[in-house]
Amino acid sequence: MTKNEIDEISGTETTGHDWDGIRELDTPMPRWWLWTFYACILFSLVYVILYPAIPLVNGATKGWLGYSTRIELKNSIDVALDEQKESRLKIENASLAEIKADPTLLSFAQAGGRAAFKVNCIQCHGSGAEGSKGNPNLNDDDWLWGGSLETIHQTILHGIRYEQDDDTRLSQMPAFGTDELLTPAEIDAVADYVISLSKAETPPGGEGADLFAANCASCHGENGGGNPEMGAPALNDQIWLYGGSKETVVESITKSRRAVMPAWAARLDAATIKQLAIYVHGLGGGQ
Amino acid sequence: MDPLSTVFAVALSGIATLLTLYFASQAQDTIFFVHMIIFALAAGLFTIYLARKCDFSREQMATPQGDDPGSYQGTYSDGIVRLGVIATIFWGIVGFTVGVVIAFQLAFPALNFDLPFTNFGRLRPLHTSAVIFAFGGNALIATSLYIVQRTCRVRLAFEPLAWFVFWGYQLFIVLAATGYLMGSTQAKEYAEPEWYVDLWLTVVWVAYLLVFMMTLMRRKEPHIYVANWFFLSFIVTVAMLHVVNGLALPVSPFGSHSYAAFSGVQSALVQWWYGHNAVGFFLTAGFLGMMYYFIPKQANRPVYSYRLSIIHFWSLIFLYIWAGPHHLHYTALPDWAQTLGMVFSVMLWMPSWGGMINGLMTLSGAWDKLRTDPILRMLVASVAFYGMSTFEGPLMSIRSVNGLSHYTDWTIGHVHSGALGWNALISFGAIYYLAPKLWSRREMYSLRLINWHFWIATLGIVIYAASMWVSGITQGLMWREYNADGFLVYSFAETVLILHPFYVMRAVGGLMFLFGAWIMAYNVWRTIRGERRVDQPVSEVITVGA
Repeated sequence: MTKNEIDEISGTETTGHDWDGIRELDTPMPRWWLWTFYACILFSLVYVILYPAIPLVNGATKGWLGYSTRIELKNSIDVALDEQKESRLKIENASLAEIKADPTLLSFAQAGGRAAFKVNCIQCHGSGAEGSKGNPNLNDDDWLWGGSLETIHQTILHGIRYEQDDDTRLSQMPAFGTDELLTPAEIDAVADYVISLSKAETPPGGEGADLFAANCASCHGENGGGNPEMGAPALNDQIWLYGGSKETVVESITKSRRAVMPAWAARLDAATIKQLAIYVHGLGGGQ
Repeated sequence: MDPLSTVFAVALSGIATLLTLYFASQAQDTIFFVHMIIFALAAGLFTIYLARKCDFSREQMATPQGDDPGSYQGTYSDGIVRLGVIATIFWGIVGFTVGVVIAFQLAFPALNFDLPFTNFGRLRPLHTSAVIFAFGGNALIATSLYIVQRTCRVRLAFEPLAWFVFWGYQLFIVLAATGYLMGSTQAKEYAEPEWYVDLWLTVVWVAYLLVFMMTLMRRKEPHIYVANWFFLSFIVTVAMLHVVNGLALPVSPFGSHSYAAFSGVQSALVQWWYGHNAVGFFLTAGFLGMMYYFIPKQANRPVYSYRLSIIHFWSLIFLYIWAGPHHLHYTALPDWAQTLGMVFSVMLWMPSWGGMINGLMTLSGAWDKLRTDPILRMLVASVAFYGMSTFEGPLMSIRSVNGLSHYTDWTIGHVHSGALGWNALISFGAIYYLAPKLWSRREMYSLRLINWHFWIATLGIVIYAASMWVSGITQGLMWREYNADGFLVYSFAETVLILHPFYVMRAVGGLMFLFGAWIMAYNVWRTIRGERRVDQPVSEVITVGA
């Protein structure tokens, strides 16, 4: 039934099968193919002996090299930390002013702060620290809680309105509308007054001015200059955290704004937080 | 079918209609409700169709016969294959289109339009499933049923069941696709559809296995052709993978949600055992079946080496099934399992290349045909892409290489050089081979258009893969870059910014590929209508001494 023929072009014998006109040559397997296949198997056998590979009843073979991905990771982290050890130790023991005065330490701290910022801070403050609605821009010299090295450090350490931290920065502007401290008409008047402050116009007198003096000036200052001691933003500039439209200002006065920043003391080590303070201070607006 | 079985089938699908309507009435969520209505519609239409076909005339009742008396002996059942070719083209264009859309979404996020059903998260699985299962699956079903009949010299077994397989599979595709758009997922990559869709696919797939296996058993050839080994291994293994990975407990019989049987790292391992073998058996073994038929047929040359086909077949299917853990390097998966996943992938290199050698070397003595035959050119290019991807795969499975490549666009480039280069090109070649034969035309409407399709698609693939390689390696290097002080240099957002131009390039490559598919659709449509374009020959005849 099957008849082996010789294929004319290749000179190889066929297997004698024929399926829908398809025949097969009886060519031997290419040597290079076979030997590469064997080499791969040999490589695999050696690899299996060297590395953890064979599952047993309790655990698996460890392999001659004693390799493990977890050990590999730990080692590489240890090496990196070891190289930074000296500088980190210095930073830990030095005051912020001392770090700033030492050029080598300063450059290390800025590099470290920059790296830590990119991992931990950009989610809210943006990858260029440019901020967004409710998250302040860190490149300018408008600071809610002060822009000195010390105050920035304090803010990062303990956060803002972060309840789990006892030393967190607290400022709670009343919700003048929700708590019915002012009527909607009064809020409207104050909002007009606040907006006029920001435009450096001569503020109009009248109801808005009186209400501002009675309700707002204690924190925001008589002329709306703000008070970093209390986290009260300056109102006499064009920089707005939530927006400067009438609608937004009315909303801020009515409901108050209580954004939270976490306290990083619980999450990052002391040296990293110092580096972050140095980095943020150096972004442009440090005082 | 004889009248008695028709009545039985009418009753069965009628009951199915009522049952699904009842399930719809009890539905606990919108997705389940919509899907049960789709089920009911499909079953209802099927009932009406069958009932109209019922013939209770005396002679039919008296003499139960085989299907299609008269045309039964000596011919093959090609109606399903014809529909399958059309479905392949249709779903291919759908899948490629969604791919182009999501590629542009990655470059320009505003194209998500802030709507849930146009969001990347829902369109991405729509794209992967449309391309793998709808386009690839239809290509596999159509070609396997065509090839098995011819290489066994026998008509399809259980023909009505084969029709059920085709339409049942289309229903599965519609359920999966609408599920994605509505946000239904069991959160397993390439296996997103929920439990009831899984159950339906299981029924369809077992029917497919029955049809294929019974046709093989009724064969009139003494031996089983190599293409059929690959098809059978594909059908059997996919059934096993699908059932095990889909094991889940529904929250309610009337709701779309379920809990997976496995959790944690076990779930991840089972998922990638499934996921990698979807690549191995669906996209490799199944398409190798196509390769083993269409290349020798189109080149009109014998298969290069029978011995190689045996060894590479058995080594391929034995080794592939263990390679899945290489998707989980440096994760919670124990190191020993990672090691095994890696070494089985490395050993898989040569078994995969066995198919490439057999495909390419079959052309020895016929290489000159590449100059004049764009269909053969397409088939050969697909095998070349296959060889490249199956070298790249083992390379990427090596732990330290994976440390760089994992989670980057390199993986995307790898997948697409395989999916576009290998799976799609060989399917296109098969469609160009089949279309004239299935519709009894002498040849395709235009060979020149095939040539255009070939070049546009190939160029698109090269742009796609090259941009993703550069992008992936850039991404991987940026993620791990440290400065002199030992600090990470880049944030994630900064790497995204750098990758933007590559994302645009990738989208353009995909667009070219889609355009090629439209050319094919046009060409096939004109061929079906029986037209022929007056073409210049694809390659000028070189006259010696002129």
